[in-house]
Formats: sequence, C-alpha cells, structure tokens
Amino acid sequence: MQKLIRIEPSKCIGCKTCEMACSFKHTGEFAPSRARIVNEVFIDEAKFITVTCMQCDEPWCEKSCPKGAISKEMPSGVVLVDEGRCVGCRTCVSACPFGMIKYVPVLGKVEKCNLCGGDTPECVVFCPTQCLTIDEEDKPLRQKVLRFVNAMKDGQMEA
Amino acid sequence: MSGCYGKLLRVDLTAGTCKIEALNDKWAKEFIGGRGLASKYLAEEVAADIDALSPKNKLIMATGPLTGTYGAANGRYMVVTKSPLTGTIASSNSGGYFPCELRYAGFSMIIFEGKAEHPCYLQIYNDRVELVGAVHLWGKPTQETEDAILAEFHGDAKVACIGPAGENQVLFANIMNDKHRASGRSGVGAVMGSKNLKAVAVRGTGGVKVAKPAAFRETAIETYGMLKENPVSGEGLPALGTPVLVNVINQFGALPTRNFQEDTFAGAEAISGEALAATYLKRNKGCMGCVIGCGRVTSLSGARFSGSGEGPEYETLWSLGATCGVDDLAAITKANYICNEYGMDTITAGATVACAMELYEKGLINEAEIGMSLNFGDADAMVKLVEMAAKKEGFGAKIALGSYRLAESYGAPELSMTVKKQEFPAYDGRGMQGMALNYATSNRGACHVRGYLVSPEILGLPEKIDPQATDGKATWAKIFQDFTAVVDSVGVCLFTTFALGVPQFAKFYSAATGVELTDEGLLEAGDRIYNLERVFNLAAGIDPSQDTLPKRLLEDPISDGPLKGEVAKLDQMLPEYYEQRGWSVKGIPSKKKLQELGLA
Repeated sequence: MQKLIRIEPSKCIGCKTCEMACSFKHTGEFAPSRARIVNEVFIDEAKFITVTCMQCDEPWCEKSCPKGAISKEMPSGVVLVDEGRCVGCRTCVSACPFGMIKYVPVLGKVEKCNLCGGDTPECVVFCPTQCLTIDEEDKPLRQKVLRFVNAMKDGQMEA
Repeated sequence: MSGCYGKLLRVDLTAGTCKIEALNDKWAKEFIGGRGLASKYLAEEVAADIDALSPKNKLIMATGPLTGTYGAANGRYMVVTKSPLTGTIASSNSGGYFPCELRYAGFSMIIFEGKAEHPCYLQIYNDRVELVGAVHLWGKPTQETEDAILAEFHGDAKVACIGPAGENQVLFANIMNDKHRASGRSGVGAVMGSKNLKAVAVRGTGGVKVAKPAAFRETAIETYGMLKENPVSGEGLPALGTPVLVNVINQFGALPTRNFQEDTFAGAEAISGEALAATYLKRNKGCMGCVIGCGRVTSLSGARFSGSGEGPEYETLWSLGATCGVDDLAAITKANYICNEYGMDTITAGATVACAMELYEKGLINEAEIGMSLNFGDADAMVKLVEMAAKKEGFGAKIALGSYRLAESYGAPELSMTVKKQEFPAYDGRGMQGMALNYATSNRGACHVRGYLVSPEILGLPEKIDPQATDGKATWAKIFQDFTAVVDSVGVCLFTTFALGVPQFAKFYSAATGVELTDEGLLEAGDRIYNLERVFNLAAGIDPSQDTLPKRLLEDPISDGPLKGEVAKLDQMLPEYYEQRGWSVKGIPSKKKLQELGLA
C-alpha cells in the first residue's frame, strides 16, 4: 500500500510549522505562500484544518495535463510533476478539486507535494503535536472508528 | 546581515508618507533586532524627556531575525515606544501570525512618527504600502476592527490594532494582533491611539532567508527535542497553559491576594488552570512556529456572561481574580474578553481595580463617587469597572490612569502595588527575593518578563535555588535580564528559555544571520541592550531612587500561609546588583562600562 501524510485535525494547534518546514525544504526560504501543505486557521471557531495532496489513485491533474507532465509513480504511488515537460499552462490547477497543485510565477511551472521524495516528509518531521504522520495505514481513521465502536459498546453495556 | 533580515518601513503620520529604508547594519549587529534594535532607534530618534502621548514620540513594531522561521517558537514581535504609564522606555511583546506576515512582506521593522490628522490605518501588501482612512473603524472593538479590515483589504491579511481603550488613551491600553494576542503592558496602545493610528494590516507573499540553512535546520531539530523533553515547555504549558501556575504559586504562598494584603487565596482552586480546563476551555492553540501551544481558546455561554476568545492567562486569573478577591471564573473570563475587545492590559486593569477596592474598604473613596459599592470579592463590580475604565466612563476615568495615579489622588500612593508606576504581576516578591530584585530594577517597571527568576526560585529551572536567600541573586538577576533582552531581540518566545540556553540562541542567531557570535558575545549584546534602556530612562528623569518596591513589600511581612513573616530584602541585594552591572553606588552606569559596550 502507498504511504500518505495522515492528518489528525484534533491534534493541530494552528502553528503553521508544516507550511514553514515545507517551503524551507523545497525553496530554501520560509515562505508559507510557497508551501505544498496548507494549515488553515479559523480563529473565531478555534478550528485548524490541514490539507495537502491526496496522491489520488486516478489523479485529475494527471488526466488533465496536455503535455503528459504529471504521472503517478509506482510502487510509491506519489503523483509527480516532470519539470522538463511542464509548460506552465495551469490546466492541472483548474482540474485539482483540492487546490493542491500550484502555479509558481517565478518558475513558470507548477508545484505539488512529492512526499519529499522518499525521505520522511519535512512537515511530518517538524509537526510539534504529531498531528501529521506518514503511514501506509490510516491510523487516525482507525482511532476514529475505535472511538465510535467503543461508545457503541459502552452504550450496549448500559442497556 | 540585513539581506537576511528585511527592510525598515518608516511611516510619517503627520505627512502621510511611507518610506522604505535599509536597516542600519552596524546597529543590527550590536543590538540583534526586535527589542534591542528598536530601542536603539528610539533612543537615537526620540528625546527621552518628551511627553509620551505627544506627536514627538515614536512607535516601533519590530520583529527579530528569527521571526517567521521555525527557529523555536518565533512568531513574536515587540512594540517599542516611550510609555505613558511609566515614563520609561516600553517594549511590549506579542506572538501570533502578524509578526511573521510582516517579515514575509519583506519588513523587519516599522517606525511610526508624528500624528495623523484623522484616524487612519496602514495597509501593507508586500512592498506596496499605503495609509488609508479609518474613520469608519474608530470606536470599534478589536475583533470587529480586524473583521472589517479583512473584508475590505485582503482576506489573508494579518492585523494588529487598538480598541476603544487605545483611542481613549487609557494609560494601559494595549495593541491586539490576530484577534486574541496582546502587546499587553506599559500602555503602547495609548501611544498608537495618540497618533490616530487604528491598525496595521499586512499581507506578505515572500519568504524569509537564513544565512546557513543546514546549520539552522540542525539547531531547530536539536531545540525541538529539548523543548519537548522539558517538564515546563513539554508538559505543563501544553497541558494547562500558563494557568498551570495558579495552584503552584498559591501553594507556595506567594499568590498576592486582596491587593497584596494576603498571599494565599482560598478561591485559588476555583480559578486554577485545572478549573479552566474543566469548564470553559475549548482548545489549545499555538502562535506561528510554536512547539509549545500554551494558548487557551475559551468560550462562555450563560445567563450572566457570554463570549469567546483566548485566555485568561495566569497573570489575568490573578489580576482580575485573586488580587481582587474574586473567585468567579466566569466573571474573570468575561473581564478578560472585555480587556481584549477594548484593547487593555489585563494585569494593570485588574490590579488597579484591586487598589480601588482597598481604597474603598479603607474609607478613602465612597460609594457615591464610584457609583457602586466596591468590596473585595465583588465579581460583578470588577467586571463593570473594567468596562468603565476602557470607556473612561464615570469613576472608570480614574481607573484608566493606573493604580499609582489613582491612589496618589486619594493621598495614599503606598496602596499602589507598583514599581515605576507599573503594576506587579502575579508573584509576591516577598516570597522570592530574586524576583523582588528584578521588579525593582526592571527597565519598564514591575514586570515578570524582564528577568523571570520564578524559573530557578520556584520551578527549579535551569537549577533550583533558595527563593529566600539573597546571596547570589544579583548575579542571577543580571544574567536573566541580559539573556531575556537577547531572546526578546531575536524574535523568539520567552517560554522557550525553560528548555533552551544561551548556546542554542547563539547557534540560531549565527545560522540565521551569518554573523558569528559566541555565547559571551550574545550575553554582552543583552547587557548592551539593558544599559541602553537604562540610559534612556535616566535621561527621561527616572531617578535610580525609583529602583525600589512599595512599602508593603519592604516593611510589612506576609500575613498568612507558608511564607508568613517574610519581607523583600532589597537592600541586601541592590548594592551588589549595581556593582555587577558596572554602575555606581547610586545606580548610574559608569563611563567605563558604557565605553566597553560601545554606548559612549
């Protein structure tokens, strides 16, 4: 199975360290505007939502690219942009429903999360609360299921 | 170095012009950034004896060279100006997203000078900078102001602004950023209000470079581990936030109660971090780049009080709680929201209400004058009076002057628990002698974040020392004050210092700027900053005779609890402190000392 960045929003403290770590690794600058992961802070609601590329099984960005510059590499399953082929037409930017592929004017090309090319992703390394993990299994999802089934179990015990 | 540390934005509010300048590279090396560098600019450009609320004063917002990076909890900036409350130099720190955004727009620092004819605010979109009208925002509370600016300027902008208290020039008005974070102390918001400047909104899409990326990352990894493993930064603060201290300091017997008449509070448990976590806490929150996450997002819903926001912090639970004799957590939380919405320092607000309560109970103010009775423990009166102070309504206009001017006007200045007219925070110096010395010698009056000797004296970090001993405290105070000046200048949160020491900051600073600095060199820069502030204060007419404490701390022993009988033994420490600083027996920095530091 493919490894993915797993996100557990309840652990997030809205520090945006993931954005800083990502941009520093890939651009050499701390520049959240260039990050390939987004930590959105809703101050009023006290909710923090983090999103990054889902590395889709059938990526819309790949399907939409007229130059064949985007491919899903196997067996890692990472969706990659071939910089040599990308002409910066931004069709993929329109196609991605999550807004997770981004046109970079200074490069004239698009950028997206490449899971740091096999290293532990830098956002995961620096996440201070383990809100972000990299794993084949969706352990946060399993935790949610366990919370729910335990509630069911406790309810049945009472009845 | 300035290549790594952004540009200076100079805003002349009188002329309505904005100018982008290069930073003074020599000063940046000598004074690091943030608090140090901004203090240097203020000292060079502003005569120390001016009226703090006149157009001659300047207001400086300064990030540090680490702000906006992941170099350990670095979402901080410092507001530096001359304080209208104390008459000293003021530097007031806050964290959040605004400080980082300023750097992503390419700026390390903004200097505001003069006074705008009409209310205005500053819009920054990278290097496009413009002063725009704010008549429509004047009078609005801080959160509504931020929402209005996000709607009309840019949805992703970060905002720092004043509320009605700043506009009304309440002497302890603050500047709020990112809705809930405060540059709290010394009345920096009143200076902003006096300039008719409502807000600063910034959107930055650029980045922050560091001189040595690999070394910088390595230091970040090292410090993340240290912060996580430390019992305060890794456990206590993430678990309960600063309110973790309520029970700790109360059990120790140094939680000033009813305006320092007692030192243990029967209602402490009810206003503790544990109580907050069990009631109004919604979630933990960090500033940008934070490893700790001490922020507490809370909400109140009930018939008496409602609202939401961040806090109360430990100091606030004390100032609006214990020292007013109030054990009603909902009322404290509500008054905290009011302070944030109106833009006011919670510490001075609560401590001044406590002073008024004592004046009332001693018969020096009557009920008719206040418009209500004002006994210790009256939660509703406390909440009401805080709001009246922000609006300068009725008796609130006297609260708005702070406790020294209030108590003095009733002929009882000794009932004001202040140093240099600024109110103490939530630790009684009679119970920890190093803190007493730090309070007396802090360059911005009574303050816990200029030399937090609570750390060694109570928490045992970096090592446990005897709180009641006076030997050696002069050395501790000097080192803590100098180190704190460094931390405030690089742009990092003071809470990292529970785990990190001078070597980590030296490594971070060198990697970020490319300027090699030894541990000794870094502490010397702290010493330089401290002396610069001291020289400014002397020129402002703050006589060294003010390096003292209220009579209650020096002469009246603690009346209850485990520390019963203790007083602050300042005279046993102050001469040694002056000597360690290289100052004369009268507290004046010697010419030789100033020459060594490059200040003369």
